[in-house]
Amino acid sequence: MMLNDMAEPNLNGVSPIPDSLKNNTIRNEKLYQQFNGVHSSQSSRSSSPSVRSDHIPASQLPPSKSIPQSQLPPSRSSLMGVTQQIGGLSMHPTGHSVSPVPLQQKPASANVNYSKPQGESNITTSDNTKSAVPILSSEISNSVRSSQPPQASSYQFPNVNNNSSYRPPQQGSQNQPISGYQMKTPSQALPDMSGSASNQLPRQISTNGPSSVQPIRAGFQPVMNRNQFPPATNTNSQVANTGRIPPPIDNMNRSQIQSNNTPMYPIPNQSLYQTSQIRGPVPQEQNFNTFPLSQPRMMHSNVSEPTINVPTKFQNVNPNVQPIMRQAPPIIQPNAPSHNFHQNLHPNALSQSNLRPSPSLVQTTPTNNFQQVPLPTNLTNQKANLHSNRYPTAVDTNNQVPPITQYNTPQHSYNNLQQPPMGAPQHNAYPNQNHQNQFQGGVTQLGFNKLWGTENYDLLQTPNILPNSRIEAPRISLGQEALDQANCSPDIFRCTLTKIPENNSLLQKSRLPLGVLIHPFRDLSHLPVIQCNVIVRCRACRTYINPFVLFVDNKRWKCNLCYRINELPEEFQYDPVTKTYGDPSRRPEIKSSTLEYIAPAEYMLRPPQPAVYLYLLDVSRLAIESGYLQIVTNILLEELKNVPGDARTHVGFIAYDSALHFYSLPEGITQPQELTVLDIEEVFLPTPDNLLVNLKDRMDLVADLLRLLPNRFVNTYDTNSALGAALQAAFKMMGSTGGRVTVFQASLPNVGPGALIAREDPSQRGTAEVAHLNPANDFYKRLALECSGQQIAVDLFVVNSQYVDVATISGISRFSGGCLHHFPLLKPNKVVLCESFSRCFRRYLTRKIGFEAVMRIRCTRGLSIHTFHGNFFVRSTDLLSLPNINPDAGFGMQVAIEESLSDVQSVSFQAALLYTSSKGERRIRVHTMCLPIASTLHDIINSADQQCIVGLLSKMAVDRSMQSSLSDAREAFINVAIDILSCYKITLNMGSPVAGLMAPNSLKLLPLYISALLKHTAFRTGSSIRLDDRVMSMVNMKTKPLYMQIQDIYPDLYPIHNLEDYEVILNSEEESVHIPPRLQLTARCLESKGAFLMDMGDHMILLVCPNVSQEFLMEVFGINNYNNISDDMYGLPILDNPRNQRLHQFINYLNDDKPIHATLQVIRDNSTNRMLFFERLIEDRVETALSYHEFLQHLKTQVK
Amino acid sequence: MAFNFPAFSYIIALIVDAFLIFFSLFHVIAFDELKTDYKNPIDQCNSLNPLVLPEYILHLLFNILFAASGEWLSLCLNIPLIAYHINRYRTRPVMSAYGIYDPTSIMNADVLTRCQREGWIKLAFYLLSFFYYLYGYVIALERYHIERV
Repeated sequence: MMLNDMAEPNLNGVSPIPDSLKNNTIRNEKLYQQFNGVHSSQSSRSSSPSVRSDHIPASQLPPSKSIPQSQLPPSRSSLMGVTQQIGGLSMHPTGHSVSPVPLQQKPASANVNYSKPQGESNITTSDNTKSAVPILSSEISNSVRSSQPPQASSYQFPNVNNNSSYRPPQQGSQNQPISGYQMKTPSQALPDMSGSASNQLPRQISTNGPSSVQPIRAGFQPVMNRNQFPPATNTNSQVANTGRIPPPIDNMNRSQIQSNNTPMYPIPNQSLYQTSQIRGPVPQEQNFNTFPLSQPRMMHSNVSEPTINVPTKFQNVNPNVQPIMRQAPPIIQPNAPSHNFHQNLHPNALSQSNLRPSPSLVQTTPTNNFQQVPLPTNLTNQKANLHSNRYPTAVDTNNQVPPITQYNTPQHSYNNLQQPPMGAPQHNAYPNQNHQNQFQGGVTQLGFNKLWGTENYDLLQTPNILPNSRIEAPRISLGQEALDQANCSPDIFRCTLTKIPENNSLLQKSRLPLGVLIHPFRDLSHLPVIQCNVIVRCRACRTYINPFVLFVDNKRWKCNLCYRINELPEEFQYDPVTKTYGDPSRRPEIKSSTLEYIAPAEYMLRPPQPAVYLYLLDVSRLAIESGYLQIVTNILLEELKNVPGDARTHVGFIAYDSALHFYSLPEGITQPQELTVLDIEEVFLPTPDNLLVNLKDRMDLVADLLRLLPNRFVNTYDTNSALGAALQAAFKMMGSTGGRVTVFQASLPNVGPGALIAREDPSQRGTAEVAHLNPANDFYKRLALECSGQQIAVDLFVVNSQYVDVATISGISRFSGGCLHHFPLLKPNKVVLCESFSRCFRRYLTRKIGFEAVMRIRCTRGLSIHTFHGNFFVRSTDLLSLPNINPDAGFGMQVAIEESLSDVQSVSFQAALLYTSSKGERRIRVHTMCLPIASTLHDIINSADQQCIVGLLSKMAVDRSMQSSLSDAREAFINVAIDILSCYKITLNMGSPVAGLMAPNSLKLLPLYISALLKHTAFRTGSSIRLDDRVMSMVNMKTKPLYMQIQDIYPDLYPIHNLEDYEVILNSEEESVHIPPRLQLTARCLESKGAFLMDMGDHMILLVCPNVSQEFLMEVFGINNYNNISDDMYGLPILDNPRNQRLHQFINYLNDDKPIHATLQVIRDNSTNRMLFFERLIEDRVETALSYHEFLQHLKTQVK
Repeated sequence: MAFNFPAFSYIIALIVDAFLIFFSLFHVIAFDELKTDYKNPIDQCNSLNPLVLPEYILHLLFNILFAASGEWLSLCLNIPLIAYHINRYRTRPVMSAYGIYDPTSIMNADVLTRCQREGWIKLAFYLLSFFYYLYGYVIALERYHIERV
């Protein structure tokens, strides 16, 4: 009888193979393995269970609600207000031909460019996951199978083998090679290893793939499957390759793209810049005159240091450099004070350059030669005093710096050049140490500290603090390998501390912010999807069962959030392989902390809504001039078939200027009808239906409309924009179903409800206090809340060329769970911006989407969620209402410790996202993260996650600048850095005269990031930033997922002129990629004969310096003269030589992680665009802000 | 029985204060409901916001009476609260309706605890001042009778 019960879910769960899969191989059919009701299809869309599709009215809008009154046309003025312009569109008989706007060509070619993501969209939007399916589900079936071995009696035992087999390789291979996350030994954590570690990911996939081919056999051979990477299965890897995500086509496309680029941007022959070659090196000479010449011999002594593997690039030194230069290079390597051809505009350039040599000088004096040491220090002192007017307290405390740190810390600066830094001895053990001690007795201590990752750094003496490779999230160590592996990926869930302080006073003492960042709907290459009768949840707190619960016995489990003991349903204990009951720890729920349930009917308040998309198009004069309409309609035309949705998908359009133009698409007509409503004060719908039409049925009409639209308004001179009225109309149209509204706004909404006036005073842009960060009225916020109640999300694309008051209109998206994109100054002739816009919009259209979503965050008793950051409406203390959820939305939460946690071992956070997929399925995605408790300050500080802290701090600072003022927020940043470093100094417990500015390994980048944040568009003062840009970047701070945010704050800089010298790793396509080390963002790292790539996330800049070698120019760009690099070069030609291919591979490797491939711009050092690059060198001093080193000096004076 | 103006202002204050006690009770309960997820913040703000200005005005009303009747001590006791009210309303979030509670920020834990604490403190203040006004009323009557006698 029980067996019958068990069989039932299987029957239910056997879903018909979706159409998208039918023509796939037989292998795919086997994917639909049922395991005790566990449905192992991976994609969150492709598997629609038959049960559900039965009771959904397949065709039309589901809600049984009567049509709201508001949706009916008012009887009053229907005749007066409506101008039925049925023939309105036919007035342009040539409308079918593509418009003659010059832009037209560009989007078309841009489309070619971005057809590349075809392969990628398989990964990201799992809608069309034909190729992604095999791995994903095979992974699951693998995991399910591997759950059976008898050893795994309970997951608490550190029985690693079994559970490790479930460790999904997914996230790493998907977006970011988080290789460090899976590393175990410290040696692997070395930067140069990380590359090769990430190679393992694809291989893991391939070894998993084949075993899924014979799931049944595998079930009987538990031994074979217990290990995730049996060498035996390697033989099958070719089979698996067929199912691998990026098909070779991808590569081919890519090359097509690039070759298309070449004719697109012809490189004019210019000989204008002949003088400019000299320009670069000139200040450089100046720099080297100030270089302390008294030390040449020391430099020589450094030359012999073996640890620096100097690339050969220094052999042909720039002829302009003085002789000293030739001696210097070997020490200084790319980072040291070499060719600073960044033209120093500032009066302080001199003193700045004085600073640089100091570490390299000092490091040559391991003997107690203190006379020499103070020399550079004095120079720094003078410098600090120069800027002391900015921070009045920055007095000459630097003079106190005793020689000791000068003496032992050179090691850092030195080691940092090529190696992972070796920390100075940790001072805990040697409170009264002298310097002798440090060099002799401290060696073992140093080794241990390094082993534990708790070494510390003197920031002032470590100018090159940035590790060479990607910065990995710190590992969470729960003490049991099995649990560690089951823990949530740091890409999804991340906490600012990887160990939670046991009480609030300890947290206060550490001065660190506590909070979590979550990226809940991230595109995952593999995700266990479970369909079962009973979703096991705690009866008290409704927590979903997760890997970190405690099984009291085989029938009961103890919730890890509220500690209630719950019964286990029998279904959960059944193991179909052995046909026995018992041991629940083999279930995927217990093996993976990220999974998705297909929700039964209890989780629905109404039938799942269809996908409804409404587009609001601004057609005022400014909007037409921006040319966005052409791009949008072109991309829509191409992607209409690819928008996520099922047969019920609806779509509609409204254009608005000073009136609203509705487009009615009824059945049986040949051309779309335009209905213009002039009455915008009290909006009504001109016709009750046919405004939102079924996309499948009316595909041709919709396409017609899209072809007509750009020409329809070409000659408009209407400068008004009735955004408020359009939004109200949208609300009325979609109120009964919910869905997504996409708004394109180009001009200030100045008529109708929600009208705004221009508040910004351009002359005030440079002042320290920025006004008008807050909304001017609450119209958009109130409307957003109403939308949120009806499950409507509003996404905003701002393509403005003038002030549009983003601070106010962004409210419509911020509180309705929408997303915002900003493309300032969009014009048809700005190629790179148009490209960026079209890539973004294409991704926006085709990415996954979840409707009528709510997200609940639960945490262990004793903790409480305090403040939320992101775009949503907080409906109750832990429930976020998200009318739409998209894969690029990130959220942050501040956490407070309310009770002492000293009696527990670990705490957990669980985020459950309930949403309706575009296929009309109700699904729950659950993420659980478990963190250990720590009781000492030392542990807490060393467990800090600096990137996450920066992410959370920036969110908090945005709140602060809105509620209080921008200068408050900036001050808070500095105070945080001061507090944290002061606190660390206390824990170091050193003797009274503490020299230097010590920072733990876990927080060594915090000051760097904070100084970068102070120069970020959102928080910078003193320079002219448009208010809209500032507000938009603040909004982005609140909503971007962490990895994008960090790249935005501190872009990655790579030298690319000698890629062949760097280590090679294999990317996901098994191609070898040369990965250069990351450089600090300072002109000191640049050299005049190099080329540098700055990756800012959505945009890359390739700077080519004047003395770059001829071969490089020839082979990479296919040109023979430096000055032939044109000012508008937005891509690299594809040439058949290794150097060119290496660079392409590297750029593709960088793009692999991103949802939107970055645009590329090539800039000559003497072009007018060079400031685009140099303004992002944020460690250098600009007129209004301190350099990184000055910032550290300031911190040092403040740290008590 | 005769009646003088100070006594009149006290008796008014007494009655109004009783209302204010109910207001702040409602306030406390409403925020408790919010904290325990019983109510939607939008609804809750919609029910709380219309009460804010009446409360402030009622409070101001009897203080004007105190000023008119020369009850300086009672006035002084209330001045801090008046100042607080004015400041609170001045710094309210941007909103078109009357009131000070914004449903989008109300669920922020800081705001929530602050509002709740404010409710309790006001409740205590109104309760204490209720007895004080009663006392003041008696004294005022007494003084009046003594003057008459």
